[in-house]
Amino acid sequence: MVVDLDVCTGCQACAVACLAENNVGIVGEEEAAIGRAQHWIRIERYWDEGEYPEVRAQFLPVMCQQCGKAPCEPVCPVFASVHSEDGLNSQVYNRCIGTRYCAHNCPYKARVFNFFAPQFPSPLEQQLNPDVTVRSVGIMEKCTFCVQRIRRAREQARVEDRPIADGEIMPACVQTCPPGALVFGDAGDPDSQVSRLMASRRGIRLLEAFNTEPSVVYLKREGGLDV
Amino acid sequence: MSERGGPGSVGRGDRPGPTPVSGSTRTGPTTEEAALAFEAAGVKTAPALTEENLRDLDRDLDARVFGAMQSISIRYLLLVGFLGSVVAFGAFAFGWQIYKGIGVAGINRPVFWGFYIASFVFWIGISHAGTLVSAILRVLKVEWRMPLTRAAEAMTLFALMIGGLFPIIHLGRNWRFYWMIPVPNERGLWPNFRSALMWDLLAILTYITASSLFLLLPLIPDLATARDRTRGLRRRIYGLLSFGWRGTQQQWHRLHVAMRVFTIVVIPIAVSVHTIVSWDFGMTLVEGWRSTVFGPYFVIGAIYSGMAALITVLVLVRRSLKLEDYVTLRHFDRLGKVLLAVSVIWFYMFWAGFLTDWYGGSTVAKLIQHEHLVGHSAVLFWTMMVVNVLIPFILLWFRRVRTSMTAMLVISLLVNVGMWIERFLIVTSPGINSLSYNWGSYTPQWPEIAIATATFAAFALLYVLFSKALPLISLWEVKESWRVDRWRREGLIEAESDVPPLTMGVPAVTGATAVTGATAVTGATAIGGRGGAS
Repeated sequence: MVVDLDVCTGCQACAVACLAENNVGIVGEEEAAIGRAQHWIRIERYWDEGEYPEVRAQFLPVMCQQCGKAPCEPVCPVFASVHSEDGLNSQVYNRCIGTRYCAHNCPYKARVFNFFAPQFPSPLEQQLNPDVTVRSVGIMEKCTFCVQRIRRAREQARVEDRPIADGEIMPACVQTCPPGALVFGDAGDPDSQVSRLMASRRGIRLLEAFNTEPSVVYLKREGGLDV
Repeated sequence: MSERGGPGSVGRGDRPGPTPVSGSTRTGPTTEEAALAFEAAGVKTAPALTEENLRDLDRDLDARVFGAMQSISIRYLLLVGFLGSVVAFGAFAFGWQIYKGIGVAGINRPVFWGFYIASFVFWIGISHAGTLVSAILRVLKVEWRMPLTRAAEAMTLFALMIGGLFPIIHLGRNWRFYWMIPVPNERGLWPNFRSALMWDLLAILTYITASSLFLLLPLIPDLATARDRTRGLRRRIYGLLSFGWRGTQQQWHRLHVAMRVFTIVVIPIAVSVHTIVSWDFGMTLVEGWRSTVFGPYFVIGAIYSGMAALITVLVLVRRSLKLEDYVTLRHFDRLGKVLLAVSVIWFYMFWAGFLTDWYGGSTVAKLIQHEHLVGHSAVLFWTMMVVNVLIPFILLWFRRVRTSMTAMLVISLLVNVGMWIERFLIVTSPGINSLSYNWGSYTPQWPEIAIATATFAAFALLYVLFSKALPLISLWEVKESWRVDRWRREGLIEAESDVPPLTMGVPAVTGATAVTGATAVTGATAIGGRGGAS
């Protein structure tokens, strides 16, 4: 995935789309205030130097970076955090016993925990996605790159006996992003849009010093839209 | 008087002169203080004891220990009731947490661990007292350890039993904790041995097994004595637990060999356990945790808090079980010296880590230090520094402080408060992490406080119950040390020879068997087993 920070407006539509797509529980204002919001993707807002109104906000959308060398994986005692064959870093909800060790070891703090059983205030329970597990209390969860959509696209392509087209798979956040700051695709295919964007000289990876080999590349700001 | 193996550091100088002690006679603190003064002046105070005197001493010790075990007062019952209700409330809080979800605790993102893990590390630390005092002092053949070993070993086991509960209590799905146990299962899934938590599990289970055996083995002769002094159901239970101990030469020999093996084995186990606990933190990518010094730092911290807890327990046990003659001021004097030394080493280790973090210049690590020094956690941090470093360092140099029960009680309690704070500060430090948007803080909630408090009550409760079920002083080892000492004085064993009390009763003690072979054998049986009752 590529995130173009020059394009992101910080509108948080991606976060909302993600909640709807992935059956993420609603924790309410009080819980969110003490840091228990369940967002799988969040817009981190940082203020530049300066006094109001002469300040500039910077927005940094952070989701699970699907690391190649994911620090969350070796620390899980029950193999709930594992690498899938196609390179995703998956969380097996059924195995999780809630040690929260993975969450500590994640430098991006991308993992969120079900401190209580997830709530879906009416009418939200009407729109639960049947393709996604509704999690239970006491387990860890995180962004999956909308693995259900990846699987569906792959099966569709297999049925039609064709390769998956570039841009065919769209995680909910990518599909929703109004200015198109998020791009998803096959980084292994040199002709795909993400590969071309990743080659940009603006490309950086988040907290690269931890050597986690993230799959997400950020295109750093060089002007563009100021908010 | 030499420190190790010197003529009867215990039960010697503070023994009341040539008059055989019988039942009621007790030496007051004045005698002890006099003995201390004599020892300081290098004067040997106590005269040699005859076999007759020794028998009287044995009887006095037995009578006092078993007497205290068999009398159950109203105050005792009230204490048990009080501690039991605190434990029950903790159990209720745990039930509440299971019913509502782990969210009733104050943990959040990014501080995913809180009170529970701090308590876990704390209790595992306390458990190190037993190993240090028993095993290390056994290996070094320090004779003044004799009356302390049992109390210390029991502490190890109880602290481990309690500490081992915390990782389970803290789980999001506690009811699935057994998924970590490596047994073939219906899920067809083996646990992940790359995880430090698995190392933890195995280390703690190993330590519990080893420390149970380490407690049980030297209990056997005392259990046999208990069997011979009781009637009815108690007798049958003690009989069962003493594995048919009769005090034969062969049994003594086997016990001594087993003890020697275990003494050596248990030390690396204890060291590795706390190293592995530290690796839960030290091996991560978390800034403020990731560290190479954490292993030895946690081990010394564990020994520090363990020694302090041992001193606390000894002050209380000595007082309540009226063991002033056996756990003497001299013991506290020496424990105080050890505590001072450990305190200094602890600060050195702390400083080694702190300075490295600061000099290394990692922004996050420095911000955490900033919070500790002048920020939100400054009160906790400086309290820790005062009670862990300053107070022990200033006070423990003075013999008057080391031999004052009140002072030692206060210092040892303060040290443990400080060590608890230290663990708390470490566990909650991920509140500051690499992405400042995610910073957070942690405030403990009532279930966490209730459960943490309940475990202190549970520890006290286990100890209180234990004190009525089993002798809190290793009777046979104390008696043995008196005899070895006597043989030394009479030249049956070379004065400076390293013949440890451990070989007592074994034919290999040449002098003893050659000259007073028969006496030695009966003496041995009298120490722990048949003979004692007749």
